[in-house]
Amino acid sequence: MKKIGWLVSVLCVYFSLSGSVIAAGHIPPDVTLAEIQTFTYRVLDEHTSVDPQVVEDTSGGEIVRDLFEGLMNQDADGNLVPGVATGYEVNDDNTVYTFTLRDNARWSNGDPVTAHDFAYAWRRAADPELASPYQWFVELMSLENAGSVIKGEMPLDALGVRAVDDLTFEVTLSAPLPYFPQMTTHATTFPAPQAVIEKHGKDWTKPEHIVSNGAYILTEHLPAERSVRERNEMYWDNENTIIDKTVALVINDENVALTRFLAGELDRTEVPSGQFPRLKKEHPDEAISFPRLCNYYYTFNLSDSGPEAFKDVRVRRALALAVDRKIITENILAGGQTQAYTFTPAAVAGFTPPQTDMAKLTQAERDSMAKALLAEAGYGADNPLSFEMVYNTSEAHKKIAVAMSQMWKQKLGVKTTLANMEWKVFLENRGNQNFELARGAWCGDYNEASTFLDLLDSESGYNDGKFSSENIDTLLEKAKLSNNAADLYTQAETIIATQMPVIPVYHYAGVYMMGADVGNWPVGNVEQNWYSKNLYKIAR
Amino acid sequence: MLSYTLRRVFAAVPTVLLLVIASFFLMHAAPGGPFTTERPLPPEVLANIQAKYGLDQPLWKQLWDYLSGIVLRFDFGPSFVFKDRDVNDIIAQGFPISLTYGTLAFLAATIVGVVLGIAAAIRHNTWVDYLAVSLGIAAQALPNFIMGPILILVFTLWLGWLPGGGWNGGQWQYLVMPVIALSTSYMGNIARITRSSMLDVLNSGFIRTARAKGLPERMVIWRHAMKPTLLPVVTYLGPVFVYVLTGSVFVDIYFSTGGLGKSYVSSALTRDYAVLLGVTILYGVLTVVVNLLTDLAYAWFDPKIRYQ
Repeated sequence: MKKIGWLVSVLCVYFSLSGSVIAAGHIPPDVTLAEIQTFTYRVLDEHTSVDPQVVEDTSGGEIVRDLFEGLMNQDADGNLVPGVATGYEVNDDNTVYTFTLRDNARWSNGDPVTAHDFAYAWRRAADPELASPYQWFVELMSLENAGSVIKGEMPLDALGVRAVDDLTFEVTLSAPLPYFPQMTTHATTFPAPQAVIEKHGKDWTKPEHIVSNGAYILTEHLPAERSVRERNEMYWDNENTIIDKTVALVINDENVALTRFLAGELDRTEVPSGQFPRLKKEHPDEAISFPRLCNYYYTFNLSDSGPEAFKDVRVRRALALAVDRKIITENILAGGQTQAYTFTPAAVAGFTPPQTDMAKLTQAERDSMAKALLAEAGYGADNPLSFEMVYNTSEAHKKIAVAMSQMWKQKLGVKTTLANMEWKVFLENRGNQNFELARGAWCGDYNEASTFLDLLDSESGYNDGKFSSENIDTLLEKAKLSNNAADLYTQAETIIATQMPVIPVYHYAGVYMMGADVGNWPVGNVEQNWYSKNLYKIAR
Repeated sequence: MLSYTLRRVFAAVPTVLLLVIASFFLMHAAPGGPFTTERPLPPEVLANIQAKYGLDQPLWKQLWDYLSGIVLRFDFGPSFVFKDRDVNDIIAQGFPISLTYGTLAFLAATIVGVVLGIAAAIRHNTWVDYLAVSLGIAAQALPNFIMGPILILVFTLWLGWLPGGGWNGGQWQYLVMPVIALSTSYMGNIARITRSSMLDVLNSGFIRTARAKGLPERMVIWRHAMKPTLLPVVTYLGPVFVYVLTGSVFVDIYFSTGGLGKSYVSSALTRDYAVLLGVTILYGVLTVVVNLLTDLAYAWFDPKIRYQ
């Protein structure tokens, strides 16, 4: 067995050198804490669940991360730090991980958190009877026999997880997966209290029944209005937790949420599209923007049902070149989003975007290149290119689609018909290749380039444009087995830049109004996996 | 009267059943399903989910199971989206909220609207009339989805008098804005209907007779003009009561009240079949009951109407 050196050294640094910082709860010495430590934030919609194995939405995930603690956590920059596990070892062929659990972790009812709770939870996530939509995540983790267990062909016990003893949890993978440890920060892998679940059934997550092992416990839930979580006195690191209470308020309308933020009712809310410059000017300490792990693109339908024109790479390149991304990011969105010339956002850890031709040129050069390419492909004033672009109904998407179609019309004489569809109809059409050019957006499931590039794998179920490149497939296959895949990802992006199966438009930014008295918000965590226990409120 | 009421109640059963069946098939005809997501689920995962919720059964069987669940166990099924709750939970939690602010908005609209309308009619062509008519038109012209954000801006941000949203057990501070926003447009309509109806009545023969026999104007209005004036208002109020309960989606959206209106609209968009059907049934039954009550109220307002 080989030790994971970097992790151990990170842990050593964490606990010894910065021990004093930890003890003081991550607070700089010149900060005086506010008397009331309550953090109130806005969520767009009611969460789907707070059951770790069932939850599937972001706002539910945020609550679950406070209520439960998995093997590993993320720090303010998204690096792995110990959670219930103090560390792990991995065998030589990277298929067996052995996690050592801390002996002072407790459930909120005082019971110790053991490896059995993890084994139960991971099997539960794969259980056909629970039928969690996040069974796909169990498959993604490459756990041994995951597919057969999910299909019901093998018993739950056959899943590649085992409690060796109370404090040792062993995971066997069917194939090495370089980013496996990252995945243990995801809600699906959090432990579950078997006795409580068996006693209360699906009602176990109600505030009156729930037992959890994170820094907080759920104390109030008024569906579609608010959910409240408060300090869990049994949490092993309770003495370093500063926020006493976190309140999530459901506010569907972002403009109303902004008004309520300005009225002092909220500590955090999203900035509505286009309003960031004004708010930054009026509230420089509170309007913040930072990169996120999401992309926004349009995908060509390259399947048999797609238009002939798009099968010509010159047409695809011409359309991609003529999109003036600066206008979109600076004039339409205006919230610190970045122009996209690669599919994978530059913010992804360990990813170096290739210096593509398109990124280097000026927009004028791109435009003339686009004209030449389109003319070469046989389209012009007497034979104009025309197609339909579809997006799901939303004002923000509409603005971008209108801008793009105008750019194409003015620069290339291309005729586009815009069509918007209600979300589910849109997904159905896009998923069945019933489109010509369709909007897409993707947020990474973990901080590694494959979470984006897998979308362009020929075999991927998410490859709605049905792009197929043997080179890309091979590179991605190699990357899975490699310990340092950065080069392979850069190569894949270079191929994408020449083949242009999608038109990357922009990469997301987190654009928030954040109370100036909120300390330690992890702006450097591109996945925005934040934990209330790491925040604090400053006295004003 | 009793036999009429019973007949109406029995006739309502097939109406509601038809509503459920039509909604069920329309819902399933809409593209996409509750588990159509941006990340298409692997077939084996989708199969597990469909088996769990019975979506792998033929449609007629799904409908039959659903209806028999309601009749035998009063179970409206699970929510496909909110995995910790079932439809009974969602209705039990959201409906009392909608009912509370809806009823208050209804009462506010009716009382203020009728008073404004009568005042305008009695003081026809005076400043009272002009003021009442202007208020009525203004209230009607401002759609409630504009009223919502404006109220929050004024009362929460500028004046700081009221919380910007939430429910908090229905405390009065949390009720003021939803009730105002929901009631104003109906208030305007009621004032307009009352005014024109009262003007008609005041010009009719029996009022002239009442005045001729020397009754004081107050008695003329209260004893003779009031009931016939309110007859068209009642016709309008029946559907309004159903609207304020069912059409309150914007109140839930702007004021985060947690009522049923938002759940209803969301369930259609997310294809949360059971929630959509459950709320449709509730609203269907509510409509039938309110229509019946309206019809019965006619008899009280107009002695000429008799039900056999």
